[in-house]
Amino acid sequence: MELFTNQVLAGVATGAIYACMALAVVMIYQAIDHLNFAQGEMAMFSTFISWQLMQWGIPYWWAFLATLAISFAGGILIERLLFKPLAKAPVLTNVAGFIALFAIVNSVAGLIWDFTIKQYPTPFGSSPFLGSQLISTHQAGMIGVTLLMLVGLYLFFQFTRIGLAMRAAAALPESARLVGVNTSWMIALGWGMASAIGAVAGILIAPVVFLEPNMMGGVLVYGFAAAVLGGLSSPLGAVIGGFLVGVFENLAGTYIPGVGNELKLPIALALIITVLVFKPAGLFGRTIVKRV
Amino acid sequence: MTAMLNVKDLRAYYGQVQALHGLSFALNEGSLTTLLGANGAGKTTTLRAICNMVRSTGAIEFEGKSLSGRSTENVVRLGIAHVPQGRGTFTTMTVEENLQLGAITRSDSKNIVSDIERMYAHFPVLKERHTQQAGTLSGGEQQMLAVARALMLRPRLMLLDEPSFGLAPLIVRDLFKILGKINREDKVTILVVEQNAQLALELADQAYVIETGKIVMSGNAKEIASNEDVRKSYLGY
Repeated sequence: MELFTNQVLAGVATGAIYACMALAVVMIYQAIDHLNFAQGEMAMFSTFISWQLMQWGIPYWWAFLATLAISFAGGILIERLLFKPLAKAPVLTNVAGFIALFAIVNSVAGLIWDFTIKQYPTPFGSSPFLGSQLISTHQAGMIGVTLLMLVGLYLFFQFTRIGLAMRAAAALPESARLVGVNTSWMIALGWGMASAIGAVAGILIAPVVFLEPNMMGGVLVYGFAAAVLGGLSSPLGAVIGGFLVGVFENLAGTYIPGVGNELKLPIALALIITVLVFKPAGLFGRTIVKRV
Repeated sequence: MTAMLNVKDLRAYYGQVQALHGLSFALNEGSLTTLLGANGAGKTTTLRAICNMVRSTGAIEFEGKSLSGRSTENVVRLGIAHVPQGRGTFTTMTVEENLQLGAITRSDSKNIVSDIERMYAHFPVLKERHTQQAGTLSGGEQQMLAVARALMLRPRLMLLDEPSFGLAPLIVRDLFKILGKINREDKVTILVVEQNAQLALELADQAYVIETGKIVMSGNAKEIASNEDVRKSYLGY
């Protein structure tokens, strides 16, 4: 029983990271209807920026905030320079754009900071959380930050005018323009927010996987999986999807003989495909109520 | 009276296909004008061209300002509300959120609250359903919501694209009554595109008839209604 609880909690902790990545993926998917393949690399780059700031002697939380601001601006810049011109291009052109961005960000990070593995600090420490042996304080911190971010996003989208305008722009761009929403800037804003959310994910996972240019590869796949599982139209679904994927991955690795660490990923993906067969919109994807 | 909206030699294109062939008309401030025509005559395109939602050439002036080159949202910000065909309801949002979206460009939050109350007074059914997902409303209710949403902009000019489409005759009468009231009491200039010519001519004071992308007739709504050609083609008696 203790093994089970242990594995579930560890799964929830890694799930928190998948949840962050899934949130970032959903933000951009809502804005432009494409999956951003470079989301993980952008997050990795943000993490390096925060690492660099700390190397220069800036305290952890100041570096954290500065990184969020820089990532937000960077996300907007990428949208304005690369994806706004592609707005009316076919899907494959956009995909090529994402892959180009992936490759560029990855190599530039390697060029600046090289490919050696770096230690990354955690502000939460790594002692047992509340004296229990089940999860560490860092893992508890990851879960806490993710939930805080989800609540923050919920409040933003439900109760602010910009949040409302962003939802309108994502749901029906033409109608949104007809009430005076500048949909093009709403998309840019979505990119900025996604980029900042990705930065949080990168900074939280870096102490676990260590900092290096390829650190987000696996995480992004899980993030996609979580987003699809939860439903690409639902930020809440993305977060729950993230936790589910994290837990399922851990339990499968522990209890199904022969799975171990190597086959965790295929098992998790198989689960997702199974869910999608029965619920194509994802677990929490909105089935739109419509009278005709 | 001065012309509030002046459209000159408007030509619009969908790809290679030209939909409007040099259309000219003017709307007087405070007027209620209807644009009549058969399917495919170019009525919707005319409204879309005013809001720059379709590629067009020609001159469109609103209160002395040229609209060409402005993005749709900037045209709207000048005070032109457009109720599109199909109503453009944000179906996944609540009725109240739809109304708030109508006022998204305004910054006078106190007045927005009282305007929402005013809309509920115009359309009591919307108040009953204000927390409901807009997609669950009936067609008539959604059309009322679309009109209310447009009014939340506090527009100077309101463009309506076939508000009667798909609605029961009684509901259409109600809706048109409210449009007339809005025109008189709130001093909103209205341009309404309609296939239901009889009702539209009863409501409007000015009318234009459009055929294959050109204005073929214009004048006082009563005169147009008594014109023999119009009667045969659009009123069916």
